[in-house]
Amino acid sequence: MSGLPLGRWALLGFLGLFILFLYGPTITILVLSFQGPDGGLTFPLNGVSLHWFAALFQTQAVGDFGGSLARSLALATMVMAATVAISVSAGLAFRRRFRGSQALFTLTVASLIIPSILVSLGVGLLFSQAGLDPAWDTSAFGAQLTWTLPFGVLIMFAVFNRFNKAWEEAARDLGATPWQGFRHVVLPIIAPSVVGIALFGFSLSYDEFARTLLTAGSDNTLPLEIFGMTTNVTTPVLYALGTVTTVFSFIVIFVALTAVSVLSRRR
Amino acid sequence: MNLLPRDGVRLAGLTPYLQAAPLGAILVVFLLLPMVVLVVVSFFDYDSVQIIPGFVLTNYRDVLGSSVTWRTYLNTIRFTVIVWSITVVLGFGVAYVLAFEIRSRTMQLALFLVCTIPFLTSNIIRMISWIPFLGREGLLNSALLRLHLIHQPLEFLLFSDFAVVLAYVHLYALFMVTPIFNTMIRIDRRLIEAAIDGGARSLEVLTQVIIPLSKPGIAIGSIFVVTLVMGDFITVRLMSGGQSASVGLMIANQISLLQYPAACANAVVLLAVVLIMIAAILRVVDIRRDL
Repeated sequence: MSGLPLGRWALLGFLGLFILFLYGPTITILVLSFQGPDGGLTFPLNGVSLHWFAALFQTQAVGDFGGSLARSLALATMVMAATVAISVSAGLAFRRRFRGSQALFTLTVASLIIPSILVSLGVGLLFSQAGLDPAWDTSAFGAQLTWTLPFGVLIMFAVFNRFNKAWEEAARDLGATPWQGFRHVVLPIIAPSVVGIALFGFSLSYDEFARTLLTAGSDNTLPLEIFGMTTNVTTPVLYALGTVTTVFSFIVIFVALTAVSVLSRRR
Repeated sequence: MNLLPRDGVRLAGLTPYLQAAPLGAILVVFLLLPMVVLVVVSFFDYDSVQIIPGFVLTNYRDVLGSSVTWRTYLNTIRFTVIVWSITVVLGFGVAYVLAFEIRSRTMQLALFLVCTIPFLTSNIIRMISWIPFLGREGLLNSALLRLHLIHQPLEFLLFSDFAVVLAYVHLYALFMVTPIFNTMIRIDRRLIEAAIDGGARSLEVLTQVIIPLSKPGIAIGSIFVVTLVMGDFITVRLMSGGQSASVGLMIANQISLLQYPAACANAVVLLAVVLIMIAAILRVVDIRRDL
């Protein structure tokens, strides 16, 4: 395809610049979060310190960092578990045509493309009209699932499109019950994708902002807390927080990808 | 005893319904019902303290009759068109390099992951991270000053429409890259070889073979970018520094003033506009075979 080597190098350079564009700003705040105690929001670095990371854990400095982090982790774990269970189950269902399958699929895709602020507003109003108090573990949990489930279901769709049913039939012929067939044949084959769904469920929930905004009730999740900080915090403590959550996200991604590669190799 | 097999069959017939039920239940309760509530409340009346159930058209009259709404919609659509044009070119280019210029399968996967991982990190943090770069004393301004290319810091870099568009491209380009890359790697390489054997030059291969076959991916990416930008409010709020408006921000402001029926009417109009835009995209490109 590539004509001149020069053209090829230009294209590879373009990709390199794109990756720099993606990661450059994040690296900048990573560096600036080690700003000295007298340093500001921009370069130059005024000494190097862990001052702003320490400040992060003093509650008076940045609202309720500990509490919001704990809620975000709990919520992300709940969303992850629910996303995996519901998506895998729905993926199994969609292997056959059933009455309403087209409507359910349309609703799933709609869930992906309806602007988040509308879901947030709708769920918030639904709860208040029903006389229920919105809370992070009820209304926000449901609102986040409308964002994570379509990804999970579409991943399962892609997996089962390429799934060879012969394995399952062989298990049935050998006398396996449907549950045994699922547990010992289907699940090991789809395991890497299931880990992928878990990663999406956890990460998308952990970082979700718009769908949580009007549904979390009185207790903030971490992204809501960070958003609050952007308007009234003017010290590098904001960058320290950014560094901590980004590093955490990367650890989660790394663990998930390692699990995916181990599971794929075992297959 | 001979009833058993038939029971088994009946149970097997029920299985897909039981398996799909949790998904259906969640989507009905947390998507369909809330949208119904939005529509219903958009016809309610309200005063400064409460929502008053009823059936009035004043909210729609206020929304559609106000020049502010129209200007805000125009501004949002302007953002959408600009961001879409940039991301479609950028996304296509990146996907093309990944799919056709990277030969090793492992390298391809690794670079694809590198391009998609930021999607799983915080959007707000990714926006904030532009501040030290674009600010008055930011990296870009100091570099330009040091190179004597400018004599005063550029003010338009941060808290401006420029910053909003830059942040959108930064946040949403990967929504273009991923679907386009997915369609591109499924293009049969023999088609390209056939085109070259038939005497097609590189540019012709691109415009006659690769672009037409990548259309479903471009359409899916476009739907993502269009809906994300049309419904956004946080990027505009953070990156424009209050200088710019979007429909989402207008809705968010109405919500913070507790004008829920007005916000709902606005939301219903926004939903209609977004659905019309998606229908238009789907009319141009059939994406069904790609799902």
